Formats: sequence, structure tokens, C-alpha cells
Amino acid sequence: MGGRRLSLDWIGAVPFLAYVTVFLGLPTIIITVGSLAGEGGPTLSNFANLSRPYIVSATINSITLSAVTAVAGAILGALVAYAIATGNPQGLLRRIATSACGVLAQFGGVTLAFAFIATIGPAGFVYLWMSQHHFDIYANGIWLYELRGLELVYLYFQIPLMVLVFLPAVDGIKPQWREATESLGGGTWHYWRYIAGPLLAPAFLGATLLLFANAFSAYATAAALVNQGGPVLPLQISNAITSEVGLHEPGFAKAQAVTMIVIVALVTVLYSLLQRRTARWLR
Amino acid sequence: MTGARRLKLQVFRVVVLLLAGAFFLVPIGAMFEFSTRGVGDNAARTLSSWKQIFDYPDLIAGIVASLQLAAITSLVMLALLVPTMVWVRLKLPKLSRVIELICLLPLTIPAIVLVVGLWPIYQWMGNNFSDSILTLSFAYIILVLPYAYRALDAGLSAIDVKTLSEASRSLGAGWFTVMWRIIVPNIRSAILNASFLSVALVLGEYTIAQNLLYPNLQVEIVSLGRTNAGVSIAVAVASLLFAFLLLVLLSFFNRGPGRLRLKDLQQVMRSVKA
Repeated sequence: MGGRRLSLDWIGAVPFLAYVTVFLGLPTIIITVGSLAGEGGPTLSNFANLSRPYIVSATINSITLSAVTAVAGAILGALVAYAIATGNPQGLLRRIATSACGVLAQFGGVTLAFAFIATIGPAGFVYLWMSQHHFDIYANGIWLYELRGLELVYLYFQIPLMVLVFLPAVDGIKPQWREATESLGGGTWHYWRYIAGPLLAPAFLGATLLLFANAFSAYATAAALVNQGGPVLPLQISNAITSEVGLHEPGFAKAQAVTMIVIVALVTVLYSLLQRRTARWLR
Repeated sequence: MTGARRLKLQVFRVVVLLLAGAFFLVPIGAMFEFSTRGVGDNAARTLSSWKQIFDYPDLIAGIVASLQLAAITSLVMLALLVPTMVWVRLKLPKLSRVIELICLLPLTIPAIVLVVGLWPIYQWMGNNFSDSILTLSFAYIILVLPYAYRALDAGLSAIDVKTLSEASRSLGAGWFTVMWRIIVPNIRSAILNASFLSVALVLGEYTIAQNLLYPNLQVEIVSLGRTNAGVSIAVAVASLLFAFLLLVLLSFFNRGPGRLRLKDLQQVMRSVKA
């Protein structure tokens, strides 16, 4: 009777949309508006405060930490993914490896910090064993609780994430391509340089970007491992939310949050562009 | 493949997998080692750290709260997402891209950033509604959206929602019957998938709870770690293994990509008539 235009079908989507508006949309609006709010009206002074030396160094540290662990994690993770992909696709090894990667990549923030404290912390058994054999990794001070320590511990979730996102791309490689290369007289070098390499490159770069964003937004591991100070941006944001100083400047945490959103969003857009390029030949 | 190359590949695989296995297993083994240490040098192995878990009421409260949060989050997530996704597939196909975008959005908003925006909302809720730790599930549902969406989307794409629902509607089934007795049984493994992922994610969550000052499992593990590292490491490794077990179980439930089979249609006929 009413025709298509008066259809009330959209009501079915209202509960979901209402929910995400309140708990996803509203927080985003609070951050964006709050970052521009000052005592006397709209202002950019919250962003000007980002030039404080400790914020600048935390930002640089965060970017370095994310870049180093993204590149190292991507290379090592790609090797592991290739080793898994060349095995039995239905085998137990692959099942366990992918499940373990799922857990380690997403769910273990705090646990990872403890795992490394138990391993190479000053009371960890690997450290004790090594120092008994006159090999002191902490000869120049305990670096586990500093940036270098974070780099090592972050690899523990970066490599599994790389395996998870890169495995489908490696699975897409067809043995026929190798055979075709060989029938044309090409060797292993030619195959990787001209066939598999260029085909995997977009997926590899995309995954590296994803790893960067992942490390850049990670909070739990750093918070559990680093006891004082805020060497990375997520820790500074946490300080700015909960500390006395932070409560006096509610816009400060929000300005830092906007910075993080912008960086992560940029990286994610690049990632999805590369992902689309990969998808072209994966199907 | 020539024999020499196969051998080289095998050597490469064994070396890489052994090294990776060592890098990932040693720290977990170290946690077991650490949590079973006795007091003093050369003390015998002991399970006292594991037994002491029950001597810390705050820790137990954190464990209970996290388990409750995991259950509430999974259930509400399913109640919110499954009907919406089915409805959008049937009636509002134009909206499906929007829903997908919204669901994947939390991946690009770090939890520590989300917390900045949630802080005033939780302050308001604490004053006017409730300051129970269980209110954390509101935020957790947002956190699990991307994972739950992908799992459910895979399940719904594997069956023909439209044909199934039209078939049952034409046999006189109401929308509730379509949802509860046709769609849900057919995407059972996807629902299981989405719930397991949500449970694992909630049990491991630290960022939001800690910054909103709610003592869930992970927050308690960290605070206990400062006084009794043995016990907190025991709980940490136990929760990690629990999440791992969930995901291994999950990998056995996951079937390959399905399609609409005669059996599904027969099931529709049966359940509508019953």
C-alpha cells in the first residue's frame, strides 16, 4: 500500500545502530570535540601542548618501536608462515600453530610481559642460567623494562599476527607457477625474484603496515612491563586520563588520542589499499 | 619437485619451526618454572603458588568478574548482531556495507584511545546508573565487534539466508521461528566461533578495565605481580592456556565453506512443520 519509500524495514537495524552510536560514536565525538575545547571556547592549545618534550619523545619512541617490531616481525613471521603453508593444510601442526598465533597475537598483553619477566627477568631461569655461564645480558643495566625490552616482547605478538595475516597470501601461491618457471628454464632465484616475490610484495607491505598499527596501539604489555615513566604514547595517554595533572587539562588526553587515531587511520587506509591489490590475484 | 629441492625445503621448515617453537614455548615454559619454584636456593618444586590462588579474595573476585563479563559480552553481542545481520541481508542489503564498516571500525581505534572517550560516559553511568564492574561489558561488546562480525559473516555467507527464510515463511513460519529454528541452527559453528573469540578477548582485556579503574582478572594479575609474582604468573599462564584451548577447540568446529544443501532445506521443512 505504502510502496517502497514508506517501508518500515529500517526499524530492524535501530537497536544495533543505537548501541554503536552510544558506545562507539559518542566516545569518538567526545574525543574529537574535547580535543578542540578550551576554557573559553574552541582552541588549538590542546594540540600545542603536544610539543612538550616528553610527549614528543614518547611519540618518536612509539613510532620507532612500532617500525622496528613491524619490520622484524614481518620478516620473521613471513618465514614462519611459509614454513607452515608448505606443510599439510589439514594437519595438526597447522591447526595448533594458527590457534596459538590467534591467542598470542590478540589476547595476551599482560601475560606476555610476565612471560618475559619469568624468562629473562633478573630472576628468570634463562637469565640465571646464562649468568651462571658467565654471560650477563644485563652487563650494561637491565634493559627488559625499557624500550629495548619492549621491542623484544612486542615481537612475541607481532610475529604471530604476521603469520595470521600473511598465511592466506602464501597459501595463494600455486605450485604450477613454480613448474611454469622451471619449464621456461628459470631457477629458484628467478622464481622468487620475478614470480613469487612481486606477487607477495603487496601482501607483505600491507601486513607490515598492519603490524605497525598494532604495535602503535598496544598498551597492556607496555603498562605491565614498564613500572614508571611513560616511554611510549599509549602510556602517556593513560597518565593524562588518570593523573591529577591530566584531570586539570581534560583536552590534553583527547589531543593525544586524536594524534593516535590519525596515525593509525592513515596506516590502515594504506593497508586496505594494498590488501585490495593482493585480493586481485588471490581469488 | 626434485629430490634435492624437497630436502632443502624440509630442512628450511624444520629449522624455522624449531626456532619459532623455541622462541614461543620457552617463555611459557618459564612461567610454569617460575610458578612452581620453592622458597630459597635449591628448594624442591612446589605447587604452593597454584594453591595460593584461592588465598587472594581480590584475585578470585577478578576471575569471577572476568568470567561474568565474558558471558554477558558474548550473549549480548549475539543478541545484538545476529538478528541485525540477518535482517540486513533480507531487507536492507544497501545497509550491509555500512554495518560492516561500523563493525570493523574498532580495529582502527586503539583501546587506549576508546578509553579516553569512554571515561566521561562511564563517569556519568557511575553517578546515574550503576558503577558495577559488569558495566564494562558495554565497552567490551564494541571491542569484540570486528571479530564477532567476521565470524558471523562467514557463517551467514555459507548458507542462503534469503532462500531459507523465504522457504520457511511460505510454510507459515513467523520471524521468530525463522531466526530461532532456521537461521541459528544453520550458523551454529559461526555462533560458537564468535562467542569463543569474544570470551578469549574479554578474559585477556586489560587496557579498558585498568584505565576505567575496574579490577578485572588482568588488572588483578598485574597488581598481585608486585607482591607475589609466583601466584600472579600462575594465573597468567592459566588464563593464556585457557584462551589457547578455546581456540584449538574452535579450529575443530570450523567446517569448510558450506553451501545450501538438500539436507538444509529438508531441515527447514521439518522444523517448520514440527
